[in-house]
Amino acid sequence: MANAVPRTLDEWEKPLRDLEDGITKLKAVAVKEKDDSRAADLKYRIQELQRRHDNYLEVMYSQLGPWEKVLVARAPNRPYMLDYVNQVFEGFVELQGDRRYGQDHAIIGGPAKLNGSPVMVVGHQKGRTIQERQLRNFGYARPEGYRKAIRLFELAQRFSMPVVTLVDTPGADAGLEAESRGISEAIAASMLKMFSLTVPIISVIIGEGGSGGAIGIAIANRVLMFEHSIYSVIAPEGCAAILWRKPEMGPQAAEALKVTAESVLSFQLIDQIIPEPTGGAHRDPASAAQSLKVSLLSNLAELSSLSGPELLNDRANRFRNLGVMAIH
Amino acid sequence: MSKPGKLGEGAFIQCAKCKKIHFANEFEENLRVCSSCGWHHRISAQRRIEITCDANSFEELDQDLKSGNPLDFPDYDEKRVGAEDKTGLLDSIVTGIGRIDGNRVSLAVADFSFMGGSMGSVAGEKVTRTLERGLEKKCPAIVFCATGGARMQEGLLSLMQMAKTTSAAERCNRASIPYICVFTDPTMAGVLASYASVADVILAEPKSMVGFAGLRVSKQAGVSKVPDDFQSAEFAYNHGMIDKIVERKDLKSTLSQLVQLLGGHLLEQQEGDKLTTRGAKK
Repeated sequence: MANAVPRTLDEWEKPLRDLEDGITKLKAVAVKEKDDSRAADLKYRIQELQRRHDNYLEVMYSQLGPWEKVLVARAPNRPYMLDYVNQVFEGFVELQGDRRYGQDHAIIGGPAKLNGSPVMVVGHQKGRTIQERQLRNFGYARPEGYRKAIRLFELAQRFSMPVVTLVDTPGADAGLEAESRGISEAIAASMLKMFSLTVPIISVIIGEGGSGGAIGIAIANRVLMFEHSIYSVIAPEGCAAILWRKPEMGPQAAEALKVTAESVLSFQLIDQIIPEPTGGAHRDPASAAQSLKVSLLSNLAELSSLSGPELLNDRANRFRNLGVMAIH
Repeated sequence: MSKPGKLGEGAFIQCAKCKKIHFANEFEENLRVCSSCGWHHRISAQRRIEITCDANSFEELDQDLKSGNPLDFPDYDEKRVGAEDKTGLLDSIVTGIGRIDGNRVSLAVADFSFMGGSMGSVAGEKVTRTLERGLEKKCPAIVFCATGGARMQEGLLSLMQMAKTTSAAERCNRASIPYICVFTDPTMAGVLASYASVADVILAEPKSMVGFAGLRVSKQAGVSKVPDDFQSAEFAYNHGMIDKIVERKDLKSTLSQLVQLLGGHLLEQQEGDKLTTRGAKK
């Protein structure tokens, strides 16, 4: 493997792709091979390479460091909100607009059915193509996104629907326009609204849980994280830029900030980790979606015994004791 | 930026903005506001409490809370100890109960000189308790902000303080406990995007820096050209985010008015409050 710290998942997974390329080439040769013994030999070599590939994949993904998790969480082929919505829920109808100012496509949502029962799904959506990335503002939600979320939370409350939020953002939009229209107020008001609901809320960090932009829609009775997602107070590169004036020290900052699901769970800041298929959710989105569905159903079932006021208190209590302090 | 420069043996202080030189004692008497250009220089939590509360009415609470280093974050212990030595405080916010023109208030005052007023577990807890004391003692809660935002060195624990404090504000809302927030220089990021922005009334000192992301981050986000007043209290006010910009010398009287106007219904409920006239039960 290269000595330099990888900056993208693509770079980091290069050894795997080299093996995959080798397999593809051998397969191409094998198809044309007429001689039986040589064909058998090729078959053996392909199996051997495949075995090495699978072993390597498993080892790589069972030992992901914090920075590698950052790369996986940001991978462009990782399942996004709508990928999960399509596989986990039925009959999703996207409702749009904040009824205040404008349209935001980085936070989207609407009602859908989960195992036959209506729920309100709200989450961040990133884009894959250049056009879609621009439309989604690269996952950086504007104030209108949070205000639309507030509207959808109110609808959920009125129609007694549990709320599921799927979190996947590098952070909220910090530009001039967002600042002019009160991005800070929008995030704070969204959290305030979520604390006031008497329906169950489950939040799932599916990719990047970036700072205020993430927690703005992550106030819940249960907070879950996918195994290779990250949750952080600040982007590692931003932290490195501020503390050490070296944005390139992102890997060190990721380590120091303890951004992995495992670390976050050890501080009891989340309730559960949703396991991912070997090699990450992007290798088997259907199986990741199935795990998400199982987790959502079991957590909603547990919460169904609580009354509205109990749900509200449960949520307040859940966050009330978070923090680590000493007495002088 | 707004730390006044010192000349000589501390007898003179130079305005950080207009560079005019003042007698130190006059500068302090003028509440560290430049008499020439009106620039509000930062003040300590202790001084803020002195000029806000009635004489000798403030009782500090939770002063024994201090941060650990739960993430084992590099250099955090040294930075914190340095801040403790410099300020005599254990963390970035001072909280307690005081009185404003006789009316009881639950008060929290941030001190920027302690690690940039940043919010970690302790600051989050103290703000939460300040709001909860408003609930418990049936009195208005007032928070003075002076902060760069969440404290990175406590990682996600700091982000969770945004939720925790906002939850306390939500409980105050439901119980009709007035909650007033005063933005002083600076009020930024994780604090602005949580409890600070959901107060019933928001006041700000003139020219305070108020914004979501530091200008460097904003520039990274593609903000190349911004107006001169970008991320100032005046910018936030002009965009409808702040009720009133109030000069430091007028803050106490404005707070006093608001406490009386919004908190009148609480007086009957305040037990054992000698100053309660309407609600005296015995």
